[in-house]
Amino acid sequence: MVNFVAQIGRVVLAFLEEIGRLSLFTKNAMFAGMLPPFYLRQVFDQLVRIGYNSLPVVGLTAFFTGGVLALQIYIGGSRFNAESVVPSIVSLAITRELGPVLAGLMVAGRVAAAIAAELGTMRVTEQIDALTTLSTNPYRYLVMPRLMAAVITLPILVLIGDIIGVMGSYIVATTSLGFNSGAFIRNMVDFLEVRDVVSGLIKAGVFGFIIALMGCYHGFNSRGGAQGVGRATTNAVVSAAILILAANYALTNILFSE
Amino acid sequence: MAEQPHIELEDVRKSFGPKHVLNGINLAVDRGHSLVVIGGSGTGKSVMLKCILGLLEPDSGSITIGGKSEVALKGAEPDQLMRRFGMLFQGAALFDSIPVWENVAFGLIQGQKMERTEARDIAFAKLGQVGLTAEVGELYPAELSGGMQKRVGLARAIAADPEIIFFDEPTTGLDPIMADVINDLIVSCVKQLGATTVSITHDMASARKIADDIAMIYKGEIIWQGAADTIDESDNDHVDQFIHGRADGPIQMDVLRP
Repeated sequence: MVNFVAQIGRVVLAFLEEIGRLSLFTKNAMFAGMLPPFYLRQVFDQLVRIGYNSLPVVGLTAFFTGGVLALQIYIGGSRFNAESVVPSIVSLAITRELGPVLAGLMVAGRVAAAIAAELGTMRVTEQIDALTTLSTNPYRYLVMPRLMAAVITLPILVLIGDIIGVMGSYIVATTSLGFNSGAFIRNMVDFLEVRDVVSGLIKAGVFGFIIALMGCYHGFNSRGGAQGVGRATTNAVVSAAILILAANYALTNILFSE
Repeated sequence: MAEQPHIELEDVRKSFGPKHVLNGINLAVDRGHSLVVIGGSGTGKSVMLKCILGLLEPDSGSITIGGKSEVALKGAEPDQLMRRFGMLFQGAALFDSIPVWENVAFGLIQGQKMERTEARDIAFAKLGQVGLTAEVGELYPAELSGGMQKRVGLARAIAADPEIIFFDEPTTGLDPIMADVINDLIVSCVKQLGATTVSITHDMASARKIADDIAMIYKGEIIWQGAADTIDESDNDHVDQFIHGRADGPIQMDVLRP
């Protein structure tokens, strides 16, 4: 019985320790990142790697999700003769929820893993220590550019994903569900509000921060060679995905509470 | 003899959890001298070096560089202190995403904001100093052999003309001939700069070649220190065992014997 309680205690302590370490890491990154010098070349590099290179993944995900949504909502709607809701519900679902969340999860898989593997390898080969000895703050040089690039590019990716997703549903609706093209677009535009799209973009910015932070944090703290880097990569993706889903709930609560 | 030591450690202690790695290190290095710290694996050599470099913070004790305490440094002072340091890492720790010459010029470009063209000229000059051609400067670190990487690491360490240089196992993992080449380069580069150096190694041939003074660390304490040519008459059983490489003696390895 005592052993069992001790076990729980240990898990709780480890959890609190992790939160503390993460908070310190975030603080260091923010404080160091606010001060010059700014490494604009690094930021630009990361914009391309995190943003531009994620376009195919996000675009394809959005396209198929939009298409499948149109099919499902059509089937669901037809059960109570409400097939005409397809355009408005698809656009709401994509801009508010599926666009940011799916893009966030896909980019987490791609980018958080890549960042954790890269920084983890730099840690175990002492390259991060080497940066410090060359009077370059590793938080400023490695972490801040990635955080900035992710926060900037995720909303852009999601906006593009929103458009592609709606396009996917439009193509499915007009080619195989018998929707009239003009009616589909009119119906969608009438119901969609600016805040639906904006709320999704705000979420995307937060998700971008989570993705880059998890990648950098786990990479920075990786220990012990190839296995350690592997563990860091897994942890980065898993924790980024879970935090994205949790943050999505919290953000939805805040953004749509009236 | 009133001049104070360039680097001075007083009762430096460092623990990781329950493991006491440094148990009160006392060490002094005079300006322009070369100190080699010898000791087996896991005796605290690397931790001591990282404490002096400021990569790790000691739990207690004081480290003074040129009469200034390291712990008391505030704001931009740690960065300025770092500029006076150069470090050659055990695995060279070259940045694999940028070419060799940029590695050498890194501290100049990122740390000191020097113009790229000017830094490039210095980088090639330093590469020449360690016997590498201009073609090597255009390659990436992964394309080089271990010995060449070490030489690039040395060029990077001396690129900013530091007054103190640290060498972490400079000859480990190299063949005996290349090890001797590195030793020669270290001696000549240091002499040219007039720098103070602290090296850690377990390679006695290397220690005898580059040291003015030798100190031996055992279980987190300095157990012997003296001029390099007096090490054979140290009258210290631990030192004798180490320099002759005997398994039997006062130092017992944690090895299960059949």
